[in-house]
Parts: sequence; structure tokens; C-alpha cells
Amino acid sequence: MKRFLLFLFVLLSASGAFTNVLAEEATPLADDPVVEQRLISISEEMRCLVCQNESLSGSRSDLANDLRQEIRTLIKEGKTDEQIRAFMVERYGDFVLYRPPVKPITWLLWIGPFLILLLGIAGLLIYLRRRNIEMVKTDLSAEDNQQIDALLKVSEKESSHD
Amino acid sequence: MIPEFGHYALILAFCVALIQGVLPLIGAHQGRREWLVLARPAAQVVFLLLATSFLILAWSFYANDFSVLYVAEHSNSQLPVIYRFGAVWGGHEGSLLLWIFLLSTWTVLVSQLSKSLDDFMVARVIGVLGLITTGLLLFVLTTSNPFERLFPAAQDGRSLNPLLQDPGLVFHPPMLYMGYVGFSVAFAFAIASLLSGRLDAAWARWSRPWTTAAWIFLTLGIALGSWWAYYELGWGGWWFWDPVENASFIPWLVGTALLHSLAVTEKRGGFKSWTVLLAITAFSLSLLGTFLVRSGVLTSVHAFATDPRRGIFILIFLALVVGSSLLLYAIRAPKNTMGGKFSLSSRETFILLGNVFLVVAAGSVLLGTLYPLLIDALHLGKISVGPPYFNSVFVPIMTPLLVLMGVGPWTSWKDSNLMTVVKRLWLAGLVAIVAAILIPKVMGDFTWLSSMGFLLAFWVIASGCLQIVRQAKAGLPTRSFIGMQIAHLGIAIFVIGVTMVGAYQEEKDVRMLSGETVSVGGYQIQFQGVSDEPGPNYRAMRGTFSLMRHGKVEAVLHPEKRNYFSSTMPMTEAAINAGLTRDIYVSLGEQLEDSAWAVRVYYKPFVDWIWGGCLLMALGGLIAITDKRYRVKLRKLVA
Amino acid sequence: MKAKFIIPLILFLVLVGFLAVGLNRDPHEVPSPLINKPAPAFELPQLADPKQVFTPASMKGQVWILNVWASWCVACREEHPILIELSKSHAAPIIGLDYKDKRDDAMALLANQGSPYLLAVSDANGRVGIDYGVYGVPETYVIDKNGIIRFKQIGPVTMELLNQKIYPLINELNKS
Repeated sequence: MKRFLLFLFVLLSASGAFTNVLAEEATPLADDPVVEQRLISISEEMRCLVCQNESLSGSRSDLANDLRQEIRTLIKEGKTDEQIRAFMVERYGDFVLYRPPVKPITWLLWIGPFLILLLGIAGLLIYLRRRNIEMVKTDLSAEDNQQIDALLKVSEKESSHD
Repeated sequence: MIPEFGHYALILAFCVALIQGVLPLIGAHQGRREWLVLARPAAQVVFLLLATSFLILAWSFYANDFSVLYVAEHSNSQLPVIYRFGAVWGGHEGSLLLWIFLLSTWTVLVSQLSKSLDDFMVARVIGVLGLITTGLLLFVLTTSNPFERLFPAAQDGRSLNPLLQDPGLVFHPPMLYMGYVGFSVAFAFAIASLLSGRLDAAWARWSRPWTTAAWIFLTLGIALGSWWAYYELGWGGWWFWDPVENASFIPWLVGTALLHSLAVTEKRGGFKSWTVLLAITAFSLSLLGTFLVRSGVLTSVHAFATDPRRGIFILIFLALVVGSSLLLYAIRAPKNTMGGKFSLSSRETFILLGNVFLVVAAGSVLLGTLYPLLIDALHLGKISVGPPYFNSVFVPIMTPLLVLMGVGPWTSWKDSNLMTVVKRLWLAGLVAIVAAILIPKVMGDFTWLSSMGFLLAFWVIASGCLQIVRQAKAGLPTRSFIGMQIAHLGIAIFVIGVTMVGAYQEEKDVRMLSGETVSVGGYQIQFQGVSDEPGPNYRAMRGTFSLMRHGKVEAVLHPEKRNYFSSTMPMTEAAINAGLTRDIYVSLGEQLEDSAWAVRVYYKPFVDWIWGGCLLMALGGLIAITDKRYRVKLRKLVA
Repeated sequence: MKAKFIIPLILFLVLVGFLAVGLNRDPHEVPSPLINKPAPAFELPQLADPKQVFTPASMKGQVWILNVWASWCVACREEHPILIELSKSHAAPIIGLDYKDKRDDAMALLANQGSPYLLAVSDANGRVGIDYGVYGVPETYVIDKNGIIRFKQIGPVTMELLNQKIYPLINELNKS
């Protein structure tokens, strides 16, 4: 019997079973990781209303905890992301959304950057074209350059005589 | 008694700054030498007075002088000495004094290091800086006096917000302000040249090292703030697009555009008006940022306690300074001569295009930050603009810029053959594509976003390597060249860090009993229990966790939950095991029933590359400043 | 060509204009989306006698006020005397919603300081609070005869608010 137990011990040690014998895997805080994932992705895009500037997902305030619990319930009831967002907006207004909804008053916000970019690039191209035309106008012809060189050489000779 | 001296020093500084601001400018305009030469000495006196004032405030904190209202509101006798020093700029009044002190520091540096600059220019530059100093001192003396007394003196102070009791606090604001305020020098140079009617390349050569220096500080300041938030706030985020964060980032974007534009103006004499406009804009954005943070106009965790009077004053100051500068610009700038000719495929064009992207990015972040205010001011309701917006907008705008970064340095001034450029770059393109496909596979999950990140980062790195190889064949590279390579490399490293963490970080929220483990990122983290630890001004519950891999303990981590005596909110101090390729981050949550604890662990791959990249950017800038050009040409710049 | 140089100045002045207006607005004040919408239905146990329930439907036909409060809420103490004033004026009955509170603590407070409420109900888990968009206690709603929410105050009620907004509103709603 003793030999058998010894053999078993050696076998188990070799297989590394003992390294985990006391180290049980911790249980996740959330009951359902799938629900939790959705909760995180939804609440990350919402604002914690009692905080200065934190997401609903990150805040540990009482209200944030309550609202997250509410959202968990809604997820389990099978509501879609859209419906959950609508639920929150019905009660707290657009202010609760970190991603501004696309409606007429936010068109400028969403289109703005790309509009500015287009204007910027267009402006750049126009400016460069105009500039090159200006430059061409003031370019001296080759003949003029030769004349200038000749004149410069004359003035150098004159000044070196002093 | 001593705080009163601090107050007097401020009043004196105001008077002398007024002289510094007004007389040299009039002197330069009317050709009065006696007034011109007042500039440098006045700047030096103001500096000494402000240094005195600042030191006295610092001393009041050190000596726990609670008869000073500001000290009583922001400090406490139990506060460790180093945090008493950091508390000097922990509130509105003190941080504003720091702002002004640093402005005067930059001014006196300009006055000392400008011996070969002509007197009229010096007078104008110092004059403009003097006017700004005067305005801010007036603000401090009328609405935000840090030396206001409290009689009878408080027994003890209210103490500092526990979140701010951290070494990061001691360095982040001064670093940031050095940057913010440093752009005032470029601004002053720009105004001076507009005033003189002479906008030549010399101005650009002068401005460039000062602007680069300010940019370096701002880069470091922002990076420090981000890193501080990461390890201090307890949930592993490093950037929140918070209005105050944006207020420092927008000038940075414009400052980067300015740096590159100055390069063109210095080398080729081009873009003079545009560069001047950028210089004015960068500093204006610094002032705007100051307004946003202190006026109560936006909601932010960073915002100082607000007072409508202050908001009005700063707004008026802002309107005057920026309004008059832009008016001057509108009047004088059109008189500029154009620089050299350059084609559509020249380096000038590429830099200008890069500028467009940077300025558009800055404008977009500004739009997002101010939009809620806009809508509210029009009585159209209240909306919220958060990280989802900024991420959706910023990333697409920055993407083409990264592509440009790989191409631009290959182009030549005036004109370049794009076909040649493409031929030289095909290898870089190949490396980038390979990286874009391979790395996500290695990390275990292919997403288009992460692939894009690696494509762009390795494009920049490979292009840079090819440039270095090519340059090496041609001889010793200049410091300017080395600086550019390192700075651009820094950006690529930054992008890799952001991409890795964004796409491949792991997070687990678990309940742990002593002895249990949780695995994340290939590591096992075993909980060993929590002990009670007293601290200098708090009591802590200190957790012990073993970080293991393949059964071997690599490190022991001690996250804490602290209850500061001066606050009812418990603070979480996360424990981070930092490494070159990953951080393991453990945060202690609440204690649950039956002696279990809620614990949050993160595996964050390559997160330190985010700040490593910023360090490289700053290093690149530093090396560029020390280029021989600036030392040699300084002596030659007489006429 | 010269005109383009004035654009930055114009843009800036527009910005300053907005900022100036913005200084007078409070970014923390969030308007409620529930204004002019029906008051959400609920059924909660009464504070005094938990076996009895209360629903808002029972208030139909009169103008009434819903006040969200709690014994742990410091700002509620500030508005308590004002509410007593309001209840003495008999302008409209006040129903108290005891938000995330312990019954004993709440009862004790009302016994000590007097109750401005016609009756109070317990919202122990805050669920009803969420339906009403409560995020900062105290909050006060004015509800009309048809059960529509007409006004919401976030934060303590002051005498000024009573005189300038609430009394006039109640008068107006009573006339219809």
C-alpha cells in the first residue's frame, strides 16, 4: 500500500498537479461573462451622471452601480443595444450618451471634421496653384539673367579697383 | 508677516512688468533707445520678484503657515513634505502663480540668450512677453491672490485631495506649464516681426529652438499626465479625451505643425504668414486652455474650483491678447513677400499637407470639446461628447499623416521626382504589410484596426531605417536629421503601444479568497490575503499577490485600498508589474462577504511603449535643438 | 486675396461670443427629458404602513408634487423647512419618495423634524428613482391633474424657486 501511494505521489508531482492543488481558480465577479461583456461595451459609451467626467462602465458611484445592474437586467430580458440606449435616454436625456446621437443638432459635430479636412486640402491645392502662377509671372527669362550677370561682373571690376 | 512680502513682491512685479511691457514697445516704435534698453533689465527684475514670491508661497506650505488661506485650503500638517511642495500648485491661485513665474523664466532666458539679436527685436519680444505677464499679474492680484490671509489662522489645513498625493503631481503641472507657457516665446517673436514689418527667415531661425524646447516640455507634460492617470486612477485607462486633457493636446498638435512649418520658413523662406499664424494660434490655444480649465464652462475631473469673476477676466484677457494679435496679423501679414518657388511634389508641399492634417485634427478635437457648450449656449439642450466621438474622428485623420511621415523625408526641397521616391520606398511598404499581417496573427486575434495600426507604425519605422542607411552612405548625419528620425520613431512606437493595448489587453473582474488564483495573459496571479497597514496620513488595506509564470513566482504585488484621514472616499492604489513588453496591473476592489475580495487584473501588452514613444519624441526634439546650426549661426547673426 | 487674412480674427470673435454666453450657463444642470411626459407608473409600499401601497394614478384630478429625498442626504435637510412652508400653504399635496433609505432612519427624521408630506413611500432599491431619471437627491417634480410631469427641480428647493416658479405653476395648472 505504501509503495502504491508513493508511486502515486511521484506520478502526480511529475504531472504538476500539486502546483495547483492549493491554487483554485477564482470565480468571476459577474454571474454571466457574456452579459458582462455586453454591459461593458454598452456602458462604456455612457456617461456617469454624478461624476465629473467618467464613463458608466468605469464609475464606482452608487448610481452607476444601480444603472449597471439595471442594464444587466435589460440584457437578460433580451433587449437590444438600441433599446437599452433608448431606455436610458428616455430617463436621462441625450446627455447620458458619450457618443452623441446623429441628429440635426449634431450634424455639424459629425460632419465638421471631415468638412474642415476637405476645405483644408482644397484650400491647399488652390493656394499652391495660385502661388505657382504668381511665381511664373515673376520668373526672369534666361536673357534677363545673362544681362544681370554681365552687369554684376562690371560692377565687381569697378569696386575692386578702389 | 512673510506672506505679506510675497504679496508685495507680486505688486512690485506687476509695476515692473508694466514697464517691461509698455516702454520697450513704444521705444521700438519711436526709435527711443533709452526705452528700448529697459527690456532686458526689467525682465530680470520681474523674474527675481516672481521667484521671491513663489519661494515665499512654497515656504508657507513647508512651514505649515495656515494663516495663508490658500495653504489652509490645500495643505495639512500631516501631509508629507514633498506633497506640501506639490500642493503649491494644487489649486487655482498657486498654479496660476506658477504659470506666471514660468512665463517670466522663459522671458529672462530669452533676455540672456539673445545677445546677437538686434535690439529692436529683443525689445519687442520682451515687451510682448511683458504685456502678457502684466495682464496675468493683474488677474492674480484682483481675483486670485495666493497670499490672502486667514485671521484667525486655521488650526490645521483641509488637506490635499488624496488623488493628488503622488509624485506624478509634483512634476506633471510644472512640465506641462513649461510647454504651454513656452509657446509664448514663439508668439512674442511672431508679434515682434509683425510689428517691425520685417518677416524674414532670421525670425524663423530664432524662433525654432525656443519653440522646439516648449514642444518638448509639452510632450513630456502630457505623457506624464497620461502615465499618472494610468497608475493612479486604478482602472488602467491612459487617455479619456477629457476637456482639460484636450486643452493641452490641441496646442500640442498645432505646436507640432508649427515646428515643421518653421523648418520650411527657416530653410526656404516660405510659409512666412502661415507660420506666424500658427505661432499666434498655438499660444492662443494655451490661453484658451487656461480659460476652459478655470472658468467652470466645462465639466471635467480636472477643473479647478470655479468663480464666474475669474472666468470673465480670463475671457476678456483672452479676447484682448488674441484679438489684437489676429488684427495685427490681418493688417501686416498681407505685406509679406513670398518665399522660393516649389512644385506640387516637393518637400514643402508634403510638410504643408502634414500641417493641414495636424491643424484639422486640432480643430476637430476643439470642436468636440466645445460642442456641448455651443449647443447649450444656443439653448438647444445638453449633449455629451465623449471618447467614442473623439476616437471615431481622430484616428481617421491621423492615418494619412502617418503615411505622409514615411514619404515626406524622402522628398527634396523645391521639387522631387515622385517615381524615385516610390522606388526607394517599396521595401518599407513590404515590411509594413508583412508586419500588418504577421503581428496580429502572432498576438492571436486579427482585427482590421490592429492590422492598420501595425501597418502604419512599421511603415514609418522601415522608412526611417532606409533613410538612415542612405544617409550613412553619404556621411555623418546632422543632429537635426538624427532628431527627426528619433522623434518620428517615437511616434511609431507610440502607435504600436496604443494598438497593442487597444486590441490585445485582457481584463478580469473576479472575487478572490486567499489562496485562489486568476490567470491573465499567460500569467497566474495568486491572492495571499490582505493586511492592515498604517501610513503617514492614511490607513491602508494592503493586498499581497504573487505573480507567477509556469509555477515560478516572478514578483509580488501590493495593491492597496487607502482611507485617508481627510477624506471619506477610499482610494485605490493599483499595483503594477511593469515590463518592456507588458504590464500586469492588479487593483483591489471592495471587500465582499465571507472575507473574499473583489479584484480586478489586467494584462496590458506593450502599454509602456505609449509613454516610451513620447519620451523618444522629446529626445528627438532635444537632439535637434543642439544642432550646430543654432550655435554657429547665433554668432553670425548680427546684421 | 487680402480678405482671407481676416478670417482667423472673425472665427476667433465668434468663438469668444459663444464662450461669453457659456459662462452664464451651468454645465452641470441637465434638463429632464420627462417634462411634458406622463409620470411613470409605480406601486410602492407606504413608509408609515408598508402593507398599504401608493400609486401615482390615485392622484389624478389634482395637481401634486413628488419630492425625492433620503435621511442620509445632507442637502435634503436644507430644503426641509421650505417644504414645510410649501405644505402649510396647501398649494398642492406633497408625496415623499424615500430613495434608497432605511425605513427606521426615514421615520425618525420625519418624527424629529416634522413631515411636509401627505404621505411618503419607500423606494428601497432605487428602481423607481431610475424611472424618474433621478441622479442627484433631492429632486422635486410638479405633476398636473392628468398625471403629466410639468416641472423638475434638481437640487434643493429654495424660497426663491417656490415664489418664482412653483407657486405660479401650480396656480396655472389648477386653472385648467
